[in-house]
Amino acid sequence: MSGGLALRLRAAPTFRLDLSPLTPERLAGQSADAVARILLAYGRRSVPVGEWFDVRGSADRQILIEGDATRLDRIGADMQDGQIRVEGNAGAYLGIGMRGGRIDVSGSVDAYAASGLTGGLVRIGAHAGDYLGAALPGEHRGMRGGVVIVGGSVGDRACDHMRRGLILVEGACGDYCGSRMQGGTIAMLGACGARPGFSMRRGTLLFAGPAPSPGPTFNDAGALPLGFLVLLARSWKELPSRFASLSRLSTRVQRWVGDLAFGGQGELIHWPG
Amino acid sequence: MIVNGVSIDDTFAEAFAMRGTRVIITAHTPAWARQAAVSMTGFATSVIGCGVEAGIERELDAAQTPDGRPGVAVLLFATSSSELAKQLERRVGQCVLTTPTSAVFSGIEAGRALPLGKTLRYFGDGYQISKVIGGRRYWRVPVMDGEFIAEDTAAMSDAIGGGNFIILAAATSPALAAAEAAIEAMRRVSGAIMPFPGGVARSGSKVGSKYKTLIASTNHAFCPTLRASVDSELGADVECVYEIVIDGLTEQAVRDSMQAGLRAVCAVGGAGGIRRLSAGNYGGKLGKFHFPLRTLLP
Repeated sequence: MSGGLALRLRAAPTFRLDLSPLTPERLAGQSADAVARILLAYGRRSVPVGEWFDVRGSADRQILIEGDATRLDRIGADMQDGQIRVEGNAGAYLGIGMRGGRIDVSGSVDAYAASGLTGGLVRIGAHAGDYLGAALPGEHRGMRGGVVIVGGSVGDRACDHMRRGLILVEGACGDYCGSRMQGGTIAMLGACGARPGFSMRRGTLLFAGPAPSPGPTFNDAGALPLGFLVLLARSWKELPSRFASLSRLSTRVQRWVGDLAFGGQGELIHWPG
Repeated sequence: MIVNGVSIDDTFAEAFAMRGTRVIITAHTPAWARQAAVSMTGFATSVIGCGVEAGIERELDAAQTPDGRPGVAVLLFATSSSELAKQLERRVGQCVLTTPTSAVFSGIEAGRALPLGKTLRYFGDGYQISKVIGGRRYWRVPVMDGEFIAEDTAAMSDAIGGGNFIILAAATSPALAAAEAAIEAMRRVSGAIMPFPGGVARSGSKVGSKYKTLIASTNHAFCPTLRASVDSELGADVECVYEIVIDGLTEQAVRDSMQAGLRAVCAVGGAGGIRRLSAGNYGGKLGKFHFPLRTLLP
């Protein structure tokens, strides 16, 4: 990242550190000194940014976070514009409520990444924890737009209560992927855990690698060509993901519909190479 | 002004503001895409009786369409946005949805939205599926050969209708030959269509009639059989007259199309039996857009 604001974490914090105040649009035009005085929630206390970070540069819609950020939560929360780049791992709730812009994490992230996402792009270089793109406990609205790309694998319950948007997983997915899903699409190149699409009402789980093992409340709709897959694959062409070069000779796929206990308008699609 | 033996009248075509849209129809083969487009643009020669003027703009190969299948671009023009929306829904619903393997997409990026799949989806009786892909919503409507894919909305554009020119020839054969040559040249222009059968109208009309219920009637000044009966535009050397009407998404498209057609007619020339080129107008009082013939030639 050339220019922009750089935050270097001096040491791994003992407690969770909430970075939600540090979004590009909130910091726009602020100097490094001003940013260093912003208060962050740290356990039961509030601490200035400067207590944990070396701050350099100035905020011009780009923020770089360096260091072991495993305990840095809510990075890019409610972000609307600009770009955040994390060199290393990030904590939980990455990009929660994000509406636009872009977040790049070179490492792995913890649970609830992209929860409530409505726009923008989140790219996770390694793995994502449980509840990727899912709704928070007690809420009924998970991801509702935007794109999430995961270079590695994701944990359990990805896309729980997801409504719209796209998640591309280049690795494997955990158990109950797409649980309670109401719309949107998740595609994966790796294997999928147990009970994909459990209690989903609508939406698409696309398996571009190994075939899934649908639960008993999914019906096998057989093999048939689906033209919309061409539109879907073409929309990936510009994305920074292995899905951009996904090559399939035919749109003839194996399809299961379900969850039949919840309306049955969701679908599991196996589109092997 | 005379070009290659053809006399060019010192007159202009008078065109009007319309509303237009472009949709892209794709199918498993070029033939089926074309069949859907032909059905959709049938009975769409004039807003006077058809509600909409429509035609095939051009054929598209697989690399030019959203779903990678062969397709056809269709243009539709109406005098109001509500009529355009009504005709689009009706024609896509009856002619494209019904065509084997077809799909339909918006062919204009920006503009006021016209419902496309948004209303046609109800044919799916609740089994239809919505997919937002790349920021655009598509509907997957189950049909007997799989799924009918329709983009949620098409976009509407300001447009121009009623560009025209009139070919006056010594006989039927040279008139037809010149008109066909003009249409072939004009079909290479993007953003414009010629809505009449084969692009050519033999029943040019004037506004009004002796019969109070008619809003348009035969253009008697250009009818060869009335040469001796009315204040005719035709000399003794003209036996056959054809009119070509052009609708376009932009003024430039109409201008380019007219120019291509006029040049093709002049290429046939006086030696080929073409006597004059003229154009229809209302004295410049009704239409906002004027296209003087002599500025488009040679």
